[in-house]
This record gives sequence, C-alpha cells and structure tokens, in this order.
Amino acid sequence: MSAAGWSFVTPFLVVFALMIITPLVYSMYLSLFRNQLMGGTTFAGFANYVTAFSDPKLWDGAGRVGLFLLVQVPIMLGLALIAALAIDSGRLHGKSFFRVALFLPYAVPGVVAVLMWGFMYDDRLGLTGSLNDLVGFALVDPYTKKWILTAIGNIVTWEFVGYNMLILYSALKTVPNEIYEAAAIDGANQFRIVRSIKLPAVRGALVIATIFSILGSFQLFNEPNILKEIQPALISSYYTPNIYAYNLTFVGNQVSYAATVAIVMGLITAVIAYVVQLRGTRRDA
Amino acid sequence: MTITRNRRVALGAMAALLAASLTACSGDDGGGGGGGGEGASAEEIEAALEEGGSITYWTWTPQAEKQIEEFEKAYPNVDVTLVDTVGAGEGNTKLQNAIAAGDGVPDVVQIEYQSIPQFQLQGQLTDLTEYGFDELESLYTASTWGSVSQNGGIWGLPQDSGPMAFFYNQEVFDEVGVEVPTTWDEYIEVARAIKEDNPDRCLANDSGDPGFTTSMIWQAGGTPFQNDGEAVTIDLADEGTTRFAEMYQPLIDDELICQLPGWSDEWYQALGDGTIASVALGAWMPGILEDGVPDGKGKWRVAPMPTYDGTPTNAENGGSTESIPEAAENKLLAAGFLKWLNSSDESIQAFMETGGFPATVEHLESEEFLGYESEYFGGQKINEVLGAGAADVNEGWQYLPWQSYANSIFADTVGQAWLDKSSLLEGLAAWQEENVSYGSGQGFTVNG
Repeated sequence: MSAAGWSFVTPFLVVFALMIITPLVYSMYLSLFRNQLMGGTTFAGFANYVTAFSDPKLWDGAGRVGLFLLVQVPIMLGLALIAALAIDSGRLHGKSFFRVALFLPYAVPGVVAVLMWGFMYDDRLGLTGSLNDLVGFALVDPYTKKWILTAIGNIVTWEFVGYNMLILYSALKTVPNEIYEAAAIDGANQFRIVRSIKLPAVRGALVIATIFSILGSFQLFNEPNILKEIQPALISSYYTPNIYAYNLTFVGNQVSYAATVAIVMGLITAVIAYVVQLRGTRRDA
Repeated sequence: MTITRNRRVALGAMAALLAASLTACSGDDGGGGGGGGEGASAEEIEAALEEGGSITYWTWTPQAEKQIEEFEKAYPNVDVTLVDTVGAGEGNTKLQNAIAAGDGVPDVVQIEYQSIPQFQLQGQLTDLTEYGFDELESLYTASTWGSVSQNGGIWGLPQDSGPMAFFYNQEVFDEVGVEVPTTWDEYIEVARAIKEDNPDRCLANDSGDPGFTTSMIWQAGGTPFQNDGEAVTIDLADEGTTRFAEMYQPLIDDELICQLPGWSDEWYQALGDGTIASVALGAWMPGILEDGVPDGKGKWRVAPMPTYDGTPTNAENGGSTESIPEAAENKLLAAGFLKWLNSSDESIQAFMETGGFPATVEHLESEEFLGYESEYFGGQKINEVLGAGAADVNEGWQYLPWQSYANSIFADTVGQAWLDKSSLLEGLAAWQEENVSYGSGQGFTVNG
C-alpha cells in the first residue's frame, strides 16, 4: 500500500487501537488476576473463568437477558415494522405527526424515562394505582416478581420502538416508486405489495435492527438499575450481567472477576449476533 | 476557600472500565496494617498549621463549609479545598478509585464508621497514633471511639454519632388515640391501631434497609459480626438477632408497616402528610426533618427507642469519622486540620449550630446543648432525649470488614422477607451464607 493510503487509514487505526483494542486486551489482562481485601492482587491464571462458568449469579442474569431478548425484541421490532408500514402506506392522516410522536420517547433520556415509568407503576400514587382503583381489583401489578421483567420490557419497548421504526421506514423509502406502479398495474393489492415488495426491501434493515437489539438486551442496565432504587428486593444485585459486573467492581472489590464476567458476556453476545447476521444475509441471497 | 463540586460519574460500562484501569495501575496493594512511622508531635503539627499550605477535604457534611470558614479564620495560612462527595456510598467509590489510581487522594476524608475496616485492612488509612491522637480518647463517647479504634490503631476522629431515637408525629398519635410505645410489644399494638384506623396510614415504613436492620439487631443485644482483622465470625442467628427477628416478623406478616423505601421523594411526602407516623433512626434525624419535611413543623416529637423488656438499650445508626488516607500528600497539615475539625470547640460549635449531633462528651453534656428547645419539635428539649440515648448504646458491636458489600446484597437475601412475607430468620441465614463465602474469597478466615 502507498504512503498516501496509510495516511488515510492511520487516524482510524490509531483511534481503533486506543478505543477498541486496548480496553479489550486490558480487560483480558485484568481477568487473569484475583483481588482480595486480605492479600491484595495476585495472579490467578484462568481461575476466574472456571468460577464464571459455574457461577449461578452470572447465569441467572444471563438467562434473564436471554429471555428478555426472545420475548421483548420480536414484540418491539414487530411494532416498529407495523408502524413503519403504516406511515409508509400513505393512507395515514397526520403521518409526520405519528412519525415524530413515535420517535419522541427515544429523545427522552433513558434515566428520565425509567423514573417516569417507575412512578406510573406505583400502585399507591401512580397510574397503576388509579387503574386498579377504577376496575376494582389488582389488574396490573408491575412491582411483583411475576411482572417486573415485563414492566422493564415495556419501558424498553416504549423507548426504542420509534428508533427502530425510523430505521425500517428509511429502508422502505429507498424502494423506487416505479416498482409500486408496476405492482398496481399487475393487479397486486396492498397486502401483496407488503409481502412481495416491502418486506423483502426492509430485510437488511431488519437484520441490523435485530443485531442492535440483541446488543441492547445483553447490555440491559439502566432500567433495572434505576428501578432497584425504588424496589430493592425485586431486582437483585445480579439481575443482569451488567448490573452484576458493576456491583462486583464498585462494591465487591472484584474488578478482575468483573472483567471476566464482561468478557464471557461479550463472547456470548458476539456469537449470537454473528449467527443472526449469517442467517439474515443467507436469506438475502 | 475553593469548592469543587463532585460531578456525578457516568454510570455503565465506561465507568466500570475506567475504574478497572485505575485499579490495575496501582499494582499490588498488600494487605493489613497502617503505614510507617512518619508521625509528629503536637508542637510540630501546630508549627505546620502556622506555616500553612493547602489541603483537600472530602465530605458530604452540610456543616463543612461553615467549619472551614472558622478554620481559615484561625489559621489564615492554610487553604482548605472542599470537595462535596454527595453521600457515603459515592464517597467510598470515589475514594477507592483515587487510592487505586494513586492520584488525587484527599488529605482528609469523611468515612462512615462501618466503612473504616474496608479501607483500613488494605493499609489505606493512616494510624493516627503516630500523631498522638490516642490522647484524645477521653473527649469522645465510648461507642464512637470504639468505632475508630480497632485492629491496634486509630483510624479517624469521630465527627458525629447517631444514637437511635423514636421520632413520631404527635398529631397522628392524638387522632388515633395511641400513646408513645415504650416497648416493642406496644410498638406492634400501636402499628395495628394506626392501620385499623386508616389502612392507608402506617406507624412506620420499611422495605428492608440494611442500615436499619443492623442497628435494630444491635439494639436487641445482638453481636452477629466479630472481627479481629483476619478472622471474622458471623452469627446471624445469635440471641439478639433472633430476638429482633421474632419481634419484627409480625410487622411484615400482618402488613403493619408501609413498604416504602426511605429517602425517596414519596417518603419525605409521607412523613409530611402523616401517612407515615414515625421513624426510628439516628439522632441526626431532626436536621433531616427540618430540612426535608417542612410540613411537619410543630407536629413531630422524639422519644427514647422502644425496648424489649423495659431496660433502656440503644444502638447507633449511621455516623461518621474523618480520616487521613495513607496516600495523602500533606499528612502533617491534614493531622492539624483533622484535630481542629473534630476536637476544637469552635469547629464543634459550628457543627452543632447547623443541626449536627456531635460525638464529643463535653458538648453532648453541655447545658446549652441539652437545654435547646426545638421549634420544629413544638418546643421540646430534644437533645435531652437524644443525649440520654447516647449513654444507653450497647457495647461490643462490630461491623463486617466488607460491610458495604454486605449491604449491597442485603436485598437479595434478607430483603426477600419483606417482598414475600417470608421468614426474616431464613433471610438472615441466607445473608450469612453469602457473606461467609464472600469473606473466604477475600482472604479472611470466616467462621459462620
């Protein structure tokens, strides 16, 4: 490669090495030690990894975000797709209003969104309480073991439907008008157009949105961590792997083990995201 | 004086990574013991104060600003930079990171009594015996001195104390027609009466708070944690702990307490509008009530803690000390400031004027303090009650060397009792098990 070529690539490589490679390598290095209040930091080889694979707390959290991924992500992307198709259909009055209104929650800072929902979920002072009073029995009770994960899913869906809708909607906008005209001439109705033209057109965008959502699910942190302030007993100190790693670092004096947890979860996330991408692109072909 | 407001650290992975990198820079910290023999005499300290210089003081005490003003009047050559650490938990994290990074370590820092061991055991605090501070012992109450002197050293000078007391809303008590409970049996009866009168109201709130629970165990005569540095004994089924758990269980089972976490906006509101009719907390509570619950003015009163058998017994709840980190840059000056801060009359007067509850016997027993009639408490001489409570604190209590971690997993174990109305004793047993395994992993010899 020419010197000119290198000069274009170098700025990127420097930032990439500093911001991506260095922290990764450093975390791997950290994960090889053991931190103790009595005894300080000592080399531990792969002992942390052995511990991690049989750590019920880690797998409890991993299982929870896995379940969250399987249930919440399809619902959220399904809603986003319906919204994108509805806005794109041209049959919706006030389409720009809907587009902005749906996107608005994404503009609300995550912490504010959780505090807001956290208040609404309260059955004494919040909306939930009013609703239950209205129907006369406990119709919804988000602050129970049974419902808390659903309640978190609801917040995350509310926050990110608009964002995903926008990704899908912009993919729909790239379909040339001539294709719709041709379909109309061939006598295709709207459902046929959706099935044969629009859905294939958004498949690539859907794969991207899915991968983003997988990453988001595995990194679930803000929502449960803030709700924990309100409901300390409902959300454990290892509710999600990120919360677990955070608590290990900041209160547990176990930075090295937290690094191990982060690496293990990073690997799992990478594998799942890769599989989804492979499947997505194979169907494309 | 310069004030640098601590900016909230952004949460999440970035912060974790940063902390991780900071910690590793420090390399091997080694464990146990204080650092070595650079002590000084009282004259040398005084000379250093006269000569002057600058030091950094980390605290979340609202009185600090006033105290520093006084200090700089007395020692104009010393410049104290105040850093507000917001609260105990955040203060710990910040200090831990600074020590790990070996940079930006404060010269004097506020630490809760219960967090001393976690820093001291790693050799991160200066043993103040080197500066002759062991001579100050007689100034302080026995329980606060006991909290700062352990494992063969003196790791701070007590700032305040929090003997527990029963704060209640007289108006609600009159409305329901109940008397102030003097025993826990009466307490449960009162709780029942208030609930029956109006199911939306409660005598107290609790959704499983580790600080409250450990203080309650302390008051019941329990000593579930014993440590002498390396060896730790945990027995969360000892006589006192069991006594507390058995007393408290009906309050949970019969829903006699409101499940509302303390320190939330809702909590302050509930204290103001009579939804919650009492709190059993440390003697620092009057300041909090005046500040956070203006609507309660004139309605609140204070009484001694209810007891199990009529014999007055009490416990501490909260309270903190100022310490000098081992890595502090200007220890001599720090020692001078610390000594002035927590033992001089000017400083403690300034502390008391703004609602602080001191740890010094002289001030606790002064007529001015005991005779103070609080307008908020309807003219009651509250310090007579609070001060008497300080004398009844049970001796022999110790926290775990890793109390902040233990508190962080409290809700996972004991807290479940509040959620499921399950057995407190079982929850305490689960907490014990987790702590035994954590302590062993941290290199302690743990019996439990």
